[in-house]
Amino acid sequence: MKRIDAINEIAAKVKETGALLIANIGIPCKELHYVCDIPNNFYMLGSMGLASSIGLGLALSRPDKKVIAIDGDGSILMNMGTLATIASQEPDNYILVIVDNRAYGSTGNQPTATSKNTDLAAVAKGAGNSNVYVVDTPEGLRRTLKSTDNGIIVVKAEPGNSDAPVIEMSPETILKRFMGISSRPSR
Amino acid sequence: MTNSLTGELTPSESIFEGLRDAGIDFIVSVPCANLKELIPMVDEAPDIIHLPVTREEEGVGICAGAYMGGKKPAMLMQNSGLGNSINALASLNILYKIPLLMIISHRGVEGEPIVAQVPMGELTTKLLDTMEIPYFLPQKGVDPADLIVRAWNEAYEKRKPVAVLLPIPFWRKQ
Repeated sequence: MKRIDAINEIAAKVKETGALLIANIGIPCKELHYVCDIPNNFYMLGSMGLASSIGLGLALSRPDKKVIAIDGDGSILMNMGTLATIASQEPDNYILVIVDNRAYGSTGNQPTATSKNTDLAAVAKGAGNSNVYVVDTPEGLRRTLKSTDNGIIVVKAEPGNSDAPVIEMSPETILKRFMGISSRPSR
Repeated sequence: MTNSLTGELTPSESIFEGLRDAGIDFIVSVPCANLKELIPMVDEAPDIIHLPVTREEEGVGICAGAYMGGKKPAMLMQNSGLGNSINALASLNILYKIPLLMIISHRGVEGEPIVAQVPMGELTTKLLDTMEIPYFLPQKGVDPADLIVRAWNEAYEKRKPVAVLLPIPFWRKQ
């Protein structure tokens, strides 16, 4: 499977549950925007490494909402401490999906350390996370997303990007639209 | 400049009071020796979510997420951590117009015993100036708690990061 297959499964869960979704910098954002552009999506255009951190802060602030972050292997390697911080909190409304395609997909598929010996699921467990799942098919991801609202899901994927166009919305518009949902008190 | 106008509060207590007055309800921290009294106060406050983070850049991301969730976020940190945060402050907070209050123990200036603190100590205000991040300094006759409130108000109104720089002499009274 490729990243966009994972994004399709995650978008389906977001549409079904009304979850808030933080999408990682680069092509993951563009692919999500292309397959399903809804106000529940926050497109992170800069700050590589911080999608999982934004998701954590949001999940802790909104225990009444489900939160999902789509991250990548390169980004997790850049902010590996996030796995320890998530483990120290383990919010029951937060899923971090790490699409591990063993490459920096947005910059030309240069191999990351997961193409060699690094096992991000083992790192996540070693950091103290109790619910860590590994899937390698869209069906497996769908089943896991159906069965849980928290934990870390490592999706083993092949490198490769779709031709999703650039996001035309301004950063301010992205934030304003997202916060119309994310900061609004639940009834 | 070493205590609040009441003369009764320690430096940490006056900062804590300022955080309460400003309505800060979400705090991340990376320790500094000068923050050793303040961090437990924040941790024990029932109406403040506090989490220790591994690195300041991570804290910037977590605070941005908290703001999106309707919280008023602050980060307790040492100025060395400003260096760890610059890309995130620029390409997340400044890009999207996300407020953040940074309460910074400013090391490497007057009274610094550790030589390794000096380079970042001297660069701190230059970096903030370059990034057009406003910063507040303790002043004689100004309650530090008011300083915190003013700094948060500026962050919120301008939708950007704002720093409060608290140098070594400020903390001496602990």
